[in-house]
Amino acid sequence: MRRLSKVSLGILGLLAILSTKSAAFAAGPEADFKTAYAAAEAAEKQAGVLRNQWLPTETALADARKAAEKSDFDRAVAAAKEAEALAKASIFQANSEKEAWKNLEIR
Amino acid sequence: MATRVGRTGRRLSVRFLLISLASLVVTLLQAPAGADSVDPAAEARAFRDYFLHKFPNVKPDDFVNGPYALNEDMRRQWEEKEQFPPYEFSLENGKELFARPFANGKHYADCFADQGIAIRQNYPQFDAASGKVVTLELALNQCREANGEKAISYTGEDMAALTAYMAYTSRGMPFDIKIPNDPRAIEAYENGKRYFYTRRGQLNFSCATCHVQNPGEHLRAEVLAPALGILNAMPIYRSEWGGMGTTSRRFISCNSQVRGVPLPPQSDEYRDLEYYLSYVSNGLPISGPGSRP
Repeated sequence: MRRLSKVSLGILGLLAILSTKSAAFAAGPEADFKTAYAAAEAAEKQAGVLRNQWLPTETALADARKAAEKSDFDRAVAAAKEAEALAKASIFQANSEKEAWKNLEIR
Repeated sequence: MATRVGRTGRRLSVRFLLISLASLVVTLLQAPAGADSVDPAAEARAFRDYFLHKFPNVKPDDFVNGPYALNEDMRRQWEEKEQFPPYEFSLENGKELFARPFANGKHYADCFADQGIAIRQNYPQFDAASGKVVTLELALNQCREANGEKAISYTGEDMAALTAYMAYTSRGMPFDIKIPNDPRAIEAYENGKRYFYTRRGQLNFSCATCHVQNPGEHLRAEVLAPALGILNAMPIYRSEWGGMGTTSRRFISCNSQVRGVPLPPQSDEYRDLEYYLSYVSNGLPISGPGSRP
């Protein structure tokens, strides 16, 4: 009897540890995704103001959303970070082209 | 003594400042419209000369035939295809659509000068009332809406058919785009020029990358057309599309090809781009509707 209660306690303890760990695991990556996605979306919005969004940025944002819907947050975070990098590149392009376009002009 | 020197120094400084200001004012007054003043006519000449120099064996009017002016093999195939041109059905459809009355009994013809016949070469126009460029596609939809009809898609078959018919009635007539003496018109021209030369999309291409720097070269199976006269053939039948395409569709597809998110059809940027590209092709004949691989 005593032995059985020890086993039960052990199982309960293990379950408690597992549930705590899995809860922390679930909250962490999802929060990471939300942060990464918000940053990517903000950068893409800025690219939109500059009228210079890129198609691969949109694709990466869509991939991030799809992965998040499937709770594949590692993939979702990676896609969101890729989208942010692409959006920032398009912003850089738009800003540098404000003057650089003149180099191509036929005179 | 020190005070007298100080006063004299101050007087000299003030005098120097006044002289500097006066000379600045004189300089500003004497300066031409500004170092950055725009001369579209001179720019159009330079644009044309660039292509004539780059392709000395191509006759000026032949630039409106795009890649066929630059590639003998493609030209032969095109001339054979022109016996039964792939845009023929669209042209017939456009003629029918143009003649079909609106619900109020009026027609497209009622919205345009000369009943809309042989006027394609005058579009785009700068509209002083709105302060914006009006393309032929936009004018057609403005006509529809003014007569209680819904606008049609700028990238659809009907718009392509209507503009094909109108272009056909203008075949051989030289582009005659006007830039009135209105700073907003100059600004629209400038905006169009800037859009044309600005690199965009993940591939970092501008319109000029393909159509100024590399016309005649292959991009995969495609031979790139020169920018000079590129809109004279619009709308076009493209085998790649399997159908007719409007100028709006062409701009959108160009942006997509360089992996940029296209702008909405007939957005200010596209209208200004069409204004610029048409203006620099002034004098070259309308050849639309055209066909391209």
